[in-house]
Amino acid sequence: MPFIPHTEEDLQEMLAAIGVPDIETLFDEIPTTLRCGKLTRLPQAISEMEVAGLMSARASQDGAPVCFIGAGAYDHHIPAAVWQLASRGEFYTAYTPYQAEASQGTLQVLYEFQSMMAALTGMEVSNASLYDGATALAEAVLMAVRANRKSRSGRVLVPRSLHPAYRRVVQAMVGKQNIELVELPFDPAGGHTDPAALAAFEGQDIAALVIPQPNYFGVLEEVDLLTDWAHANKALAIAVVNPVALALLHPPGTWGKEGADISCGEGQPLGAPLSSGGPYLGFICCRQKLVRQMPGRIVGRTRDLDGKIGYTLTLQAREQHIRRSKATSNICTNQGLMATAATIHLALLGSEGLERVAAACHANTRSLVQKLTALEGVEPLFSRPTFHEQVLRLPIPADGVLRQLSAQGLLGGLDLSRDYPELGDTILVCATEKRTKPEMDNFQLKLRAILRC
Amino acid sequence: MLIYQHSRSGRRATAQAPLQTADLSTIPERFRRQQRAALPEVSEMQAVRHYTKLSQQNFSIDTQFYPLGSCTMKYNPRGCNSLAMLPEFLARHPEAPADHSQGFMACLYELQEILKEVTGMQAVSLSPAAGAQGEFAGVAMIRAYHDARGDTARNEILVPDAAHGTNPASAVMCGYRVREIPSGADGDVDIEALRQLVGPQTAGIMLTNPSTLGVFDRNIEAIATLMHEAGGLLYYDGANLNAILGKVRPGDMGFDVIHVNLHKTFATPHGGGGPGAGPVGVSERLQPYLPVPMVARKDEHYHWLTEENCPESIGRLSTFAGNAGVLLRAYVYARMLGGEGMERVAEYATLNANYMLKRLTDAGFDAAYPERRATHEFILTLQRQAKELGVNTMDFAKRLLDYGFHAPTTYFPLQVPECLLIEPTETESREELDGFIDALCRIRQEAEEHPEQVTGAPYNLPVKRLDDVRAARELDLVWRPDNN
Repeated sequence: MPFIPHTEEDLQEMLAAIGVPDIETLFDEIPTTLRCGKLTRLPQAISEMEVAGLMSARASQDGAPVCFIGAGAYDHHIPAAVWQLASRGEFYTAYTPYQAEASQGTLQVLYEFQSMMAALTGMEVSNASLYDGATALAEAVLMAVRANRKSRSGRVLVPRSLHPAYRRVVQAMVGKQNIELVELPFDPAGGHTDPAALAAFEGQDIAALVIPQPNYFGVLEEVDLLTDWAHANKALAIAVVNPVALALLHPPGTWGKEGADISCGEGQPLGAPLSSGGPYLGFICCRQKLVRQMPGRIVGRTRDLDGKIGYTLTLQAREQHIRRSKATSNICTNQGLMATAATIHLALLGSEGLERVAAACHANTRSLVQKLTALEGVEPLFSRPTFHEQVLRLPIPADGVLRQLSAQGLLGGLDLSRDYPELGDTILVCATEKRTKPEMDNFQLKLRAILRC
Repeated sequence: MLIYQHSRSGRRATAQAPLQTADLSTIPERFRRQQRAALPEVSEMQAVRHYTKLSQQNFSIDTQFYPLGSCTMKYNPRGCNSLAMLPEFLARHPEAPADHSQGFMACLYELQEILKEVTGMQAVSLSPAAGAQGEFAGVAMIRAYHDARGDTARNEILVPDAAHGTNPASAVMCGYRVREIPSGADGDVDIEALRQLVGPQTAGIMLTNPSTLGVFDRNIEAIATLMHEAGGLLYYDGANLNAILGKVRPGDMGFDVIHVNLHKTFATPHGGGGPGAGPVGVSERLQPYLPVPMVARKDEHYHWLTEENCPESIGRLSTFAGNAGVLLRAYVYARMLGGEGMERVAEYATLNANYMLKRLTDAGFDAAYPERRATHEFILTLQRQAKELGVNTMDFAKRLLDYGFHAPTTYFPLQVPECLLIEPTETESREELDGFIDALCRIRQEAEEHPEQVTGAPYNLPVKRLDDVRAARELDLVWRPDNN
């Protein structure tokens, strides 16, 4: 029997100990009218060897195209040690560290994770992870509305330059709690949120302003001006940041005169493989004074009976298992293993390593854009500085171009017409540090051939 | 020792990063970071040693019996891990076109079909990232259903007092008020109390069956009828699905919507607190509201169902398609078990729990519901020991750690005083169960003879009992150079 250790002898002795003739008797409290028959529509059991054959065939069927798509998930190199360590059974098969004394490994890793995320974002405190970037923002919005006692409106300004899936997830998650999301337009020339566009909201009751850096188009926002505007208008500033970009870009804790109040984002670039979109990890950091409004697990350093340093889950009175309907969030299981991987990833790279990764992504994307815009009819859409992604206008519809590239084993970017029909025939491209010069030359060559037809 | 304490300025482990730093002149100075983040500077070997040693300070399924009630800490098969981590699966970008995704999508589609069959529901969406997000999705669908019918006066969700805290918290996130239903003396929902609470204001009820009291609610059909007659819907919290896999299906019990914790019933790893996966299944009338994305099949070709095809969907709950890697692990597990294997899961999980319950009550421990069968888990109450010996449940739990067993769930459900919620799972051998039972008996003997030996536990772990009050009062949540 797969994964069940009982012998026939065990079974008989255990039944005798219980005092029942067979296992079936143990289910005699379930009304017989409800019992299902055999699950005949399920496939027959197959062995590990057979399922390995099946999965390998399916994996190779999907192939390994060269990826120039970013759009919220980035193809970075992950040091070999990261998953060799994170896959250790002691991390991989433990659960939420409810028994702190028997979970010091996970707890200390999470304390280190909190320390590293606070350092990267320039914020005072961090939690131990949320599901992903989009849900982290939804939680940040809920948190800001709770925390901003000066605001009664529940209105939150969300730039259209923010990742479209984030905007949808936030709407789905906060929409039933009297929170109104108001979309801010982006500047058609720069691709950024023009701080002047905020004048329309001057003097209104706004709970929070969401500030992505870089934004979905890869464009850098005027984060200092936006943060100061938020504070001048009694709104909280919520930063949505790429943690790799923070190696180069000035961190939310130093935005404007006072810094952002909450910083959140997608932790995938820190050691999580692309893996079809998950598991990734959301992160959220904030000012110390907002810590009791922060959702999710938080690890604190404390002492044991002998005065020795140890780690434990803390501020649990915010959480659902204590506060139930009055909790800051319903979150329980989060993304602990991904936070473990991110911690090891950051420890291996250090600040300098992360900076080199960020710089190489920036340089590769610039180089790719130069190559592609050398082709007739291909041009950058926005004029403002970017980090490691860029929007390009094509002379013909994007979906056909991308389909032809994909047929040749190359994912040439994301078609923006679905989410931004106003931008016309445009694609969003990204070249991480893993993309090589030959791969970029090949992209140029193939695109040229397609455009000539 | 923290990783920071191995750090020395100028030490490099940058073999993993590009060799050269690149030209950054196109990023204007005002956007640039002025000071490097305080990250550790360690060698690769230092990092490997540090995290290897930390891992050794954990209890885990791979190293210890971990009978944490309502968490289903069963063995996580290694094959599921290695096959979900095939290089092509890891490298697949979430926005890769369907043509480059047919193999991956086939796995998801078949997992949807498998979950439909084991739960008895009409349709499944795999995207919720964990049980609590599945609950949110489920209650949001209940709300969408009532709203679509113009039935907007329903503003309450009923939740039993024994429910997981996520239930009421999820209902509140969907804009509902929560009313608590008491459990009766036999552990079943108090149906008379329920009758008093149900009315035109009731949107639905959230139930776990078997409940967290370790018993199967025998009145489930009556509850379903009562709710449906009042126009409310039934939500099934799948936390305890392991107990009934292939025996009775939530759809057949009358539930309209469920979530399944794949990290429990489908053996995906718990990872020290996630990632999990909480797919949702629904009856026909809730199908239009399922969260996106989902996988559909037409003419042997798989395609995504998104906001465009599902206009009434409650929307998207993660940036992409949820915890895809967890879904692949669950799929591999389901294929290795097949239908027959699923039934065996429920059978042996139930056998193990009833065996432990019988032996422990024979040994003089008090069951919370002595007249009831155990399901896949059961509750002991140590109220008598706490009163007579001055040794409480937490003391027993900490002493168990010394004996090399992870403690069961303690002090939950809230209404059973001094309780231990014990879930052995089907993957534990009889010898392991016997060892745990012997340890509990020995601890009780220690409590009788030398209570301080138990109240001072644990002794054999990396730290002794930790000061939680200090942790909350003198908050120390991040390391800084000045906070060593």
